[in-house]
Amino acid sequence: MVEEEKNLRVVRCGGSELNFRRAVFSADSKYIFCVSGDFIKVYSTATEECVHILQGHRHLVTGIQLNPNNHLQLYSCSFDGTIKLWDYIDGILIKTFIVGHKLHALFSLACAEDSVFVIINKEKPDIFQLVSVKLPRSSSQEIEAKELSIVLDYINQSPKCIAFGNEGQYVAAVRDFYLSVYFFKKKTTSRFTLSSSRNKKHAKNNFTCVACHPKEDCIATGHKDGKIRLWRNFDDEKKYTYTCLHWHHDLVMDLAFSVTGSSLLSGGRESVLVEWREATEKNKEFLPRLGATIVHISVSPAGDLFCTSHSDNKIIIIHRNLEASAVIQGLVKDSNIFTGLMIDPRTKALVLNGKPGHLQFYSLQSDKQLYNLDIIQQEYINDYGLIQIELTKAAFGCYGNWLATVEQRQEKETELELQMKLWMYNKKTQGFVLNTKINMPHEDHITDLCFCNAEKSENPTLVTASRDGHFKVWILTDDSDIYRKAVGWTCDFVGSYHKYQATNCCFSEDGSLLAVSFEEIVTIWDSETWELKCTFCQRAGKIRHLCFGRLTCSKYLLGATENGILCCWNLLSCALEWSAKLSVGVMEPDPNSENIAVVSQSPVGSDLFVFKPSEPRPLYIQKNISREEVQWGVFVPRDVPESFTSEAYQWLNRSQFYFLTKSQSLLTFSTTSPEEKLTPTSKQLLAEESLPTTPFYFILGKHRQQQQDEKLNKALENELEQLPLTENIPAISELLHTPAHVLPSASFLCSMFVNSLLLSTETKSAEEVPDDADMEEEKESDDSDEENNFTEEVQDTNTTDLGEDIIHQLSKSEEKELRKLRKVDYSWIAAL
Amino acid sequence: MGEFKVHRVRFFNYVPSGIRCVAYNDQSNRLAVSRTDGTVEIYNLSANYFQEKFFPGHESRATEALCWAKGQRLFSAGLNGEIIEYDLQALNIKYAMDAFGGPIWSMAASPSGSQLLVGCEDGSVKLFQVTPEKIQFERNFDRQKSRILSLSWHPSGTHVAAGSIDYISVFDVKSGSAIHKMLVDRQYMGVSKRKCIIWGVAFLSDGTVISVDSAGKVQFWDSATGTLVKNHLIANADVQSIAVSDQEDSFVVGTAEGTVFHFQLVSVTSNSSEKQWVRTKPFQHHTHDVRAVAHSPTALISGGTDTHLVIRPLMEKVEVKNYDAALRKITFPHRRLVSCAKKRQLLLFQFAHHLELWRLGSTVATGKNGDTLPLSKDADHLLHLKAKGPENIICSCISPCGSWIAYSTTSRFFLYRLNHEHDNISLQRVSKMPAFLRSALQILFSEDSTKLFVASNQGSLHVIRLLEGSFKHLHTFQPQSGTVESMCLLAVSPDGNWLAASGTSAGVHVYSVKHLKLHCTVPAYNFPVTALAIAPNTNNLVIAHSDQQVFEYSIPDKQYTEWSRTIQKQGFHHLWLQRDTPITHISFHPKRPMHILLHDAYMFCIIDKSLPLPNDKTLLYNPLPPTNESDVIRRRTAHAFKISKIYKPLLFMELLDERTLVAVERPLDDIIAQLPPPIKKKKFGT
Repeated sequence: MVEEEKNLRVVRCGGSELNFRRAVFSADSKYIFCVSGDFIKVYSTATEECVHILQGHRHLVTGIQLNPNNHLQLYSCSFDGTIKLWDYIDGILIKTFIVGHKLHALFSLACAEDSVFVIINKEKPDIFQLVSVKLPRSSSQEIEAKELSIVLDYINQSPKCIAFGNEGQYVAAVRDFYLSVYFFKKKTTSRFTLSSSRNKKHAKNNFTCVACHPKEDCIATGHKDGKIRLWRNFDDEKKYTYTCLHWHHDLVMDLAFSVTGSSLLSGGRESVLVEWREATEKNKEFLPRLGATIVHISVSPAGDLFCTSHSDNKIIIIHRNLEASAVIQGLVKDSNIFTGLMIDPRTKALVLNGKPGHLQFYSLQSDKQLYNLDIIQQEYINDYGLIQIELTKAAFGCYGNWLATVEQRQEKETELELQMKLWMYNKKTQGFVLNTKINMPHEDHITDLCFCNAEKSENPTLVTASRDGHFKVWILTDDSDIYRKAVGWTCDFVGSYHKYQATNCCFSEDGSLLAVSFEEIVTIWDSETWELKCTFCQRAGKIRHLCFGRLTCSKYLLGATENGILCCWNLLSCALEWSAKLSVGVMEPDPNSENIAVVSQSPVGSDLFVFKPSEPRPLYIQKNISREEVQWGVFVPRDVPESFTSEAYQWLNRSQFYFLTKSQSLLTFSTTSPEEKLTPTSKQLLAEESLPTTPFYFILGKHRQQQQDEKLNKALENELEQLPLTENIPAISELLHTPAHVLPSASFLCSMFVNSLLLSTETKSAEEVPDDADMEEEKESDDSDEENNFTEEVQDTNTTDLGEDIIHQLSKSEEKELRKLRKVDYSWIAAL
Repeated sequence: MGEFKVHRVRFFNYVPSGIRCVAYNDQSNRLAVSRTDGTVEIYNLSANYFQEKFFPGHESRATEALCWAKGQRLFSAGLNGEIIEYDLQALNIKYAMDAFGGPIWSMAASPSGSQLLVGCEDGSVKLFQVTPEKIQFERNFDRQKSRILSLSWHPSGTHVAAGSIDYISVFDVKSGSAIHKMLVDRQYMGVSKRKCIIWGVAFLSDGTVISVDSAGKVQFWDSATGTLVKNHLIANADVQSIAVSDQEDSFVVGTAEGTVFHFQLVSVTSNSSEKQWVRTKPFQHHTHDVRAVAHSPTALISGGTDTHLVIRPLMEKVEVKNYDAALRKITFPHRRLVSCAKKRQLLLFQFAHHLELWRLGSTVATGKNGDTLPLSKDADHLLHLKAKGPENIICSCISPCGSWIAYSTTSRFFLYRLNHEHDNISLQRVSKMPAFLRSALQILFSEDSTKLFVASNQGSLHVIRLLEGSFKHLHTFQPQSGTVESMCLLAVSPDGNWLAASGTSAGVHVYSVKHLKLHCTVPAYNFPVTALAIAPNTNNLVIAHSDQQVFEYSIPDKQYTEWSRTIQKQGFHHLWLQRDTPITHISFHPKRPMHILLHDAYMFCIIDKSLPLPNDKTLLYNPLPPTNESDVIRRRTAHAFKISKIYKPLLFMELLDERTLVAVERPLDDIIAQLPPPIKKKKFGT
């Protein structure tokens, strides 16, 4: 896993699934935690903002649970075989327990103090066990936890199929057609089987999820046919009984009991959260229109909030009275990506297909969805087998002023519904407004569309290429009438070439030339007169990708064919400059440089080549960037250019390359080593300025300082010995700023605290005191707390990386400076 | 097995009447069921759910309540305001007593069984003392404003809960005063209905009153404080019935949507003693209103407008998973409603208030095995004979020659002479029936139609000689000294020499008609007889019992035949013993003395005594072997039981001649089509 420094790595860059596991609320419902790839994200339930990202796992995080013994700590487990304990308020990793097996889910119980439960698979790949792991008590940072004991064997790997009930007296697990209940006290397992499969009546009896009543001996199970069964008396294998609740028409995806157990929540593909009050069939409440399939439901320990995770990578926080209060939206990965990856020139957001019929604008910097643009503007009906209108193409033009979208619906071979929409950016509303709607812009599928993005072009121009053999040029014209001033798009020119299907189109950088590929032939058109200038034909299969070179390489035109040939033509000589055998899957030019990135597909994986069209030799090659097929890629301009000196990485200086694989993971390249990436972002807590006026505040706070000032002013001539300002006493600030749970015992602190309040007998100069104390503080933390020590050390070494830290440090030093100045002032006054 | 031409009769338009009340008796494990036409049936749950007794209904006597008291005494009360006690031995009504409170809606026997409480239309609750011979009015409770629809005693017998319209009253039995009046919410799914009818109440020993009402609620009340404890809304329609188990750990309610809900008392957690009532399983075995439910220790019993009696065993209470643990659905009476005149191919159908005589159709076509032959002449409805008076017909019979019809109600016996002139018939009533022939439980003509045998409800058997247009009383066999049990099954030998008669429980008596004396008594058997017949020539008496055993008894030798001993030794096939319905008719093939033909509601069987008996490994229900198979294989796989399940539900099957069978079917769909439409329920996806 450890790679060499300065080696390019493929990293996941946000946009990872937030709905992979149930979200977890903090004890006070202020925060919500969710797994997100290798990280754990801490969101505020009130503001929807990400508060912390807990980084440290080296593989997918598969489970999170609050530490039942300290609700300010969080356990997490991961495929990397470790269980980590976090301080989520500060975002600090406290401990790591190394278990060794691939961990699939985590459960913690209040009654099992020093152990947690995990799902592992030891032998065969599809046989999973629930085991309890004893977490040894030790002060070291990394602890081996090898003491495993199997609780249940042959279980389902999903954590939704395991539930602990009645304060950990039993655990219920479901799989296929049976429910097993293991009683910890009796050490017995009861198993209840439903009549299964064969006869048609019970065809979909499979269990899908399980939940246990928090107070009573009652287990709720969800089933594939949409039924919910409530099992009781299950400690007796003969007398057991169950009740059915049936509302869902499709499988029950998740179940959760409220904290008091008075109601049961269920959800599924209907996108409706159902609350069953008192577990009765007739007494139910609904929260409908949640937008997408409910995948997980969780309940806050305080009982005031619920949350649902949805298949479109969103978490909705819901109040107890079934009112949605907040939405945390990740990158939507629900649908097929037809539009590819685009960059909105204004917001620098990644734009791609989102919810059905929508374009999503996703901020890569903040890893969060900015907004959804409803393109199709029709109610989405979620039904299997229904042919939907699909958003197939989109393009930005004129620095984000225009957006062109194409949607299509094809029920039969001959019935194609096609619509092109042109959207104008409205500065007032800060959003796109529909300007022109063109029905059937072409007779057949639109294969490509592009705007002329030349700086000098005064009139926005759009070109669409279609399978009907034509390409059309659309220009913006005046559409004003007596009522209003308006602009609209009309067709300006229709071009074709020997009735071949037009497959790609591309404008040169300056907008003077338009290249349109007709199957195997590339045609070059003058954009002023729409005259055919020349054609290129390589007889190497249909052209799949086409692009002009940029900047110094603007005389080159690149085309990739389906037979795996990459050609580069020189437009000045109208001849083939070079060609290479490369099966191109993605070809993307960097807008800020001459570089062109190409991803080639091979059965074993995808390889990346970066080259300049002027030189056939690639600048950079990275083999096997992904196991799967890379579907789309895009260069994203950097806000702050990097300065890689190494030639291999220079192509990453001005832009970053993002790509999307078939399983829709968004990946990018990073030069930082994993160790660097793992640096905790924990910052030293800033002392809050607005402290409540408690008695402590009067003794120690600013108030005291002001008093001091007054006193000083009054008793200047008396030359009283100054009380040291409490603010400056490091022991006290340490005491106040360190979280309570990482502080050493009170007895240890007491003497130090009292000492710090005493007047120093030495004749130290005032400015020396803080420095001394700082050293002391460091020493102290050495003694008391390894974690803090670790983080601080890292911080010290890494301050240059973290911009915020720099600022913070600056402010601190400035503060010191100020203090010094103040001290100097006082002495000066005293001298007077 | 042989090939037969089968008359498949589907024009018997019989519709059983809906079930109104069920009452379970724990001591005898019997179930009393009353139907909307006033019929009361007694099922013996120990004897394979056999309907062993029945009391015919009466037009003016709609039963509204049914209960067992003082051990095994059965009482009913109805809208005519009378309390009726039934004589379970003589199978007649012991007495009827007017309660003088208008129509009676409810009745409950005290836990000791010594007191009877009735709730009347005028709002009065009347207490009766059950004396050994009769019942005696004791006193009235505080009069309520509206009719008392349900009553329940506290198990200690000190308090009574009474459900009325919109409220429940709790009475103190000693003082007769109402101590609590618990008002029931009229709201139904947010809409205020006009009235909320308390269809049923149940008083538990801890003082909880459970009520079911027309708003679809099951409510738990604390009778000490008169407050509502818990409310379960379970249906969109009325909840009409409730029954609590003796242990008070479960109860069952029936709704107008045809669903039966089971509630159980389960502990909240495994280690606490706190318990709560939880609705567990719903059962949807009915299509219409479930008017009555009962809770036996091992089963939930429900019945309703759709005429089925459903017995659903509770799996957790069943000790052994045998055939008793299976669901039972009883639709048809376990007695014969059809009789047949073989020579003239006539069928006589018995309905509650009339008889129908049909002539079978005929065909001239021939065809292969399994073909449906076209009719050349349709079946003829010859006669519709309306019974006189408000009483239901108990039994009826047509003579084998087709010229006599006899039927009986509880108070009168009717005999008619049919004259056939070509295709026309004329009917002539034989008047001046003797005084002793007032009510018959079973009527039978001899094979040559010269003698009529009548089993009266005093236990005596009358033998009457029939002459052209008149009759002569020959003899009366008096019942055995000391027994008052009525005979309800008769069989006469084809030669007319022997008469076999059986009661509901005691053994089968065989009388010699020639010598007019008791010939012998077949040894008594534990299970009631369901069908009897005497074979021609050999005079072997074949007896079918409700536990599906079949015996063959030689009358001349006064002992069981060799074949019968063999089959008893070897035992019947387990599938044969697991059949649901009793054998209701036995007949014989005139040319094949080794064959016995018998049928129940779901199968028709020919027992070939010459073939080996099946053991448990052989296939009992073997399909007819294909004709191209070699004789050797056929012989190897053949066994004595040849079963056909083509015709079901089968009400009657008889051999008309050597090659012709008549099968009377009554498809369940036709019955459902004649019932009132059920409550419409929205079904998802429709």
